[in-house]
Amino acid sequence: MVSKPHGGKLIRRIKRDFEKEDIQTLEVSLEQALDIENICRGVFSPLEGFLDRNNYLSVLENKRLSNDIPWTIPIILDVSNQSIDGLKEGDDVLLKYYDRNIALMNIEEIYQWDKKQYARYIYGTTDPEHPGVSKIYKMNDYLVAGKLELLNSVPTRFERYTLWPIETRILFRERGWRTIVGFQTRNAPHRGHEYVQKAALTFVDGLFVNPLVGWKKKGDYKDDVILAAYETLIKHYYPRDVVVLAVLRTSMRYAGPREAVHHAIMRKNFGCTHFIIGRDHAGVGNYYGPYDAWKIFQEFPDLGITPLFIREAFYCKKCDGMVNEKICPHNEEYRIHISGTNIRRMLLNGERPPEYMMRREVAETILSFENPFM
Amino acid sequence: MNGEYTTVSIPKPLYERIKNIIKDTGFTSVSSFVIYVLREVVASYEQEKIEVFSEEEKKAIIEKLRKLGYI
Repeated sequence: MVSKPHGGKLIRRIKRDFEKEDIQTLEVSLEQALDIENICRGVFSPLEGFLDRNNYLSVLENKRLSNDIPWTIPIILDVSNQSIDGLKEGDDVLLKYYDRNIALMNIEEIYQWDKKQYARYIYGTTDPEHPGVSKIYKMNDYLVAGKLELLNSVPTRFERYTLWPIETRILFRERGWRTIVGFQTRNAPHRGHEYVQKAALTFVDGLFVNPLVGWKKKGDYKDDVILAAYETLIKHYYPRDVVVLAVLRTSMRYAGPREAVHHAIMRKNFGCTHFIIGRDHAGVGNYYGPYDAWKIFQEFPDLGITPLFIREAFYCKKCDGMVNEKICPHNEEYRIHISGTNIRRMLLNGERPPEYMMRREVAETILSFENPFM
Repeated sequence: MNGEYTTVSIPKPLYERIKNIIKDTGFTSVSSFVIYVLREVVASYEQEKIEVFSEEEKKAIIEKLRKLGYI
C-alpha cells in the first residue's frame, strides 16, 4: 500500500472554468509559480495555500503546522508593498506568471515577516554567505496568505518527466509496488548514489528517483544533464520496471535537517513509503553536522514515511567494491571516498572519472554536454 | 516547547512509571514523552483514511502514463 498523503488528504485544487472578470492581478516569479502548482497538485499536501501568520510562526517555532501536522519549511508568498496596493484581506486576486494566468487566490492575510528570525529558525544561521539566507534577505517585506486554485500549469521543458502525486500513486499501484523508496537528488549519479539506491531497493518494491529541478547554486549540474545521466544509468545498470524517474520542480533551500524532513514529506505525498536520507542531506558548506539530517527525524514519530539512513559509500580496494563503514573492516589506506566535488572538477576539465567513481556510460553522457554545470 | 498547551490528566502511578523509564533517554520530561507517544498513535489512526479517485480519472491518468512510457 502506497503511503497515505501527508495530513490524510491529497490536495487537488484545480479550477477548470475561469472567465476573466474584473479582477486584480499579482505578478509572481517562476519559483512562486512552481510553489503554487505544487500546492494545488498536492505535492505540499495538506497545504491548500500560502501560510498565514499563525501557521508560519508555528512552522518556525514548532516545526509543525498549527494543527500539529509536521511541517518544517514555510511555504510563503512574498510581495512588495507596491504590488499589494489596493489589495485587502477577503479579495480574490489573479496570480500571473508573465502572460499566463496561474491561479486564483483568496487573500486571507497580508503580514510582515522578520527575515532574520526566519533565517535563524530555518537555516540555523543568519550568515548572509549561506545561499539560502542570502536569498531570503533579498525577498520582499510582505507575505500574502490565502487558499489557491490552479488555472494553468507552469510551462516546463520537462513534460516527459513531469508526474504529480495522483499520477505516481496510480503508477505505483499499476506496477504492483507496495513499498517505494524515494531518492532526492540534485546531482548526476556516481557510484556512491548507485550503491545507496540499490541497497535500499533490495528491501522495497520500487525506487522513485526524483531529481529536483529549479533554482540551484552555481556549479551544480544542469537539470538536463542530471536527467540524461540517470537515463543512462537506469538503462545500463538497473533491472527493468523497478525504477521511476520523474522531476520535482521546486527550489533547493539548502536548509539541511529541516529540508530533509520537507523532502521526505513531499515524497510521502507522491506515495513513497520510505525515503533515503544521505550524509549532510540538503546541506551546504559547514553549516550543518554531517548527520544532523538524521537526528531531526527523531522529533517526528508521526511523519508517516520511514527514513532510511544509509551510510556514505566508498570504494574499498581490499573488498574490491562499493561498501560502507558498517560492512568494511579495512582501514583508510584501502578506502577511496567518492567526492562529488572532485568528480565535478574532473568533468569540468573534460576528464572521465575512474570507473569506481562514476560509470563510464554516465560520465560519457555528461561529457557529451558542452557545459554540464550551472 | 513552544505553542499552545492544555492539560490532560493521567494516573499518578503511570506518571511515576514514565518518569522512571525516561531517565537517561533524550526525553526531558514526562510531558515530552507523552506528546511523542501520542503523536505516533494518533498518526496511525489518521492514516486509515481511504483515498478516492474516480474510475474515469484513473483511466485518463493511466493513458497519460502509457503515453509517457511509464507503463
